[in-house]
Amino acid sequence: MGKAFSTPEALTDNYTHYCPGCTHGIVHRLVAEAIDELGIREKTVGIAPVGCAVLIYNYFDCDFQEAAHGRAPAMATGIKRVRPDLMVFTYQGDGDLASIGMGEIIHAANRGEKITVIFINNAIYGMTGGQMAPTTMPGQRATTAPAGRDTALTGMPIRMANLMSEIVTPGYVTRQAVLKPQMVNKCKKAIKKAFQYQMDNTCFSFVEVISTCPTNWGMTPVDALKWAEENMLPYYELGDYKTPEEA
Amino acid sequence: MAKVLMKGNEAIGEAAIRAGCLNYFAYPITPQSEVAEYLSKRLPEVGGVFLQGESEVAVGYMIFGASGAGERVMTTSSSPGISLMSEAISYIAAAECPAVFVNIMRGGPGLGGILPSQGDYFQATKGGGHGDYHLMVLAPDGVQEAVEMTMQAFTLAEKYRNPVMILGDGMIGQMMEPVEFPDDLKTEPSNKDDWATNGMSTRKSKKPNLVKSLFLDSTELNQHNMNLKAKYEQMKKEDVQYELYNADGEYQILLASYGTMSRVCRTAIDMLKEEGIEAAMFRPKTLFPFPEKQVHDAAAKDSCKCVISIEMSMGQMVEDVQRCVMGKKPVEFYGECGGEIPSPEKIIEIVKELIG
Repeated sequence: MGKAFSTPEALTDNYTHYCPGCTHGIVHRLVAEAIDELGIREKTVGIAPVGCAVLIYNYFDCDFQEAAHGRAPAMATGIKRVRPDLMVFTYQGDGDLASIGMGEIIHAANRGEKITVIFINNAIYGMTGGQMAPTTMPGQRATTAPAGRDTALTGMPIRMANLMSEIVTPGYVTRQAVLKPQMVNKCKKAIKKAFQYQMDNTCFSFVEVISTCPTNWGMTPVDALKWAEENMLPYYELGDYKTPEEA
Repeated sequence: MAKVLMKGNEAIGEAAIRAGCLNYFAYPITPQSEVAEYLSKRLPEVGGVFLQGESEVAVGYMIFGASGAGERVMTTSSSPGISLMSEAISYIAAAECPAVFVNIMRGGPGLGGILPSQGDYFQATKGGGHGDYHLMVLAPDGVQEAVEMTMQAFTLAEKYRNPVMILGDGMIGQMMEPVEFPDDLKTEPSNKDDWATNGMSTRKSKKPNLVKSLFLDSTELNQHNMNLKAKYEQMKKEDVQYELYNADGEYQILLASYGTMSRVCRTAIDMLKEEGIEAAMFRPKTLFPFPEKQVHDAAAKDSCKCVISIEMSMGQMVEDVQRCVMGKKPVEFYGECGGEIPSPEKIIEIVKELIG
């Protein structure tokens, strides 16, 4: 019998620093599998965010640059414009992309940069210890919203995929989740498709991934998955929001 | 090569191309927007990359990305724009990437004005962004030197893998002067495979490269800073540039000035000579590394009664002059920074007051 399960070539053997039950590990693996299957590892440059995934380069076996908070799409633009032959992807959280980096992501998408953005939405700031994010759900508790997010003061959670779909420039925008095996499989397909669009020089590609943060949500990993499914998915609806074929 | 008449901003753009820099990202701001306008036309002609970013903040990271990928890259801006880029500049210096930033200074602080100024000396030489880093800072005194220094900046940035800043001002950017371009820069850095994210496929080692500035371990971060400091010390040893004017004989006073201001000082010195008053000028061409010993020695000359730093600021370079003169002679200051450039007559008046 052949080997049924092994580490993707694009991942290193390092242990990650992520908390138990965190879904970053799943998404890392999906990205690495897509890179392997498309055979682009040696031409790939990843951009690390500021947030929980800042040390992502310890887990990927390809070139990486580390951006400042929110600036990954601008950095990716710089690389891709001067070296269009490289495959450039950013991996950003919700504080990084939807708060401080809102300008950079919108304009990179609007210019139609041929880059791939993996956006982890877990409705909270993870690395700094559970502060409110632009994606935090109404009433959801955070260390800077101890009584729960008050939407009268802080507005409603930003739906990035919806927002990005309003950009007229052709692009691929999808929202996926990694809360159940079927969702993981679908997410994998979307990530691979996103890289494929870049390989074909078709368009900008953006994959939002609904994820969990058991530590800062104060839940067990299993409860966190259930909470995300029940509370986040009705608001953050899954599916493709835009494809270049529609344009 | 024959001389051509060019506006400073356009000449800087052309100099970058002749230095083999075919990648330019920028955001419009007065008084340097002509660089972007010029390169938006010129770069496509030579197969280069021109991109107008959405903000100076983003442009800073476009520069970081491109330089991290091992390509020659430049941006130009003016004072408030450089403030916004300073975040990226700190990161680029920390990650040891070569890149060229041009600051065509305007009056500050805040929005200030759009007329020439030298108010960003501190920002350029002492920081701007956070942390222990230095830019190499070159200060041209006209269009010809702006061209030469822009071309030289790429070689220096690559030698040290450190950002280099051209610190000009609105006068240098806006005025037209005859300029002769040096020979094109043909060399390319040979060690990109050692550090740049230029793709593993063509790299012998087949090992990933990482461009980063995060060092969570205290020993590692300290060592990283020591390594950076060693580079700055090497700059001080190997790449100080300066000019001394009318300093061979005896002089009663030493004027310290740079950039546009030094041209006025030069005129004042010539006019004083006609009246039988000998004054000399110390002009740093590199503001970092600062020509420490050179200004010290020029001030120490027996005939020299005092030193005066003359700037289009409220007194910035004067602190470096005082530091280097080490109390050997009194160090005075005169500056204006509303956008008007002090006249030779004004300088002559001040000099006469000082030397009695």
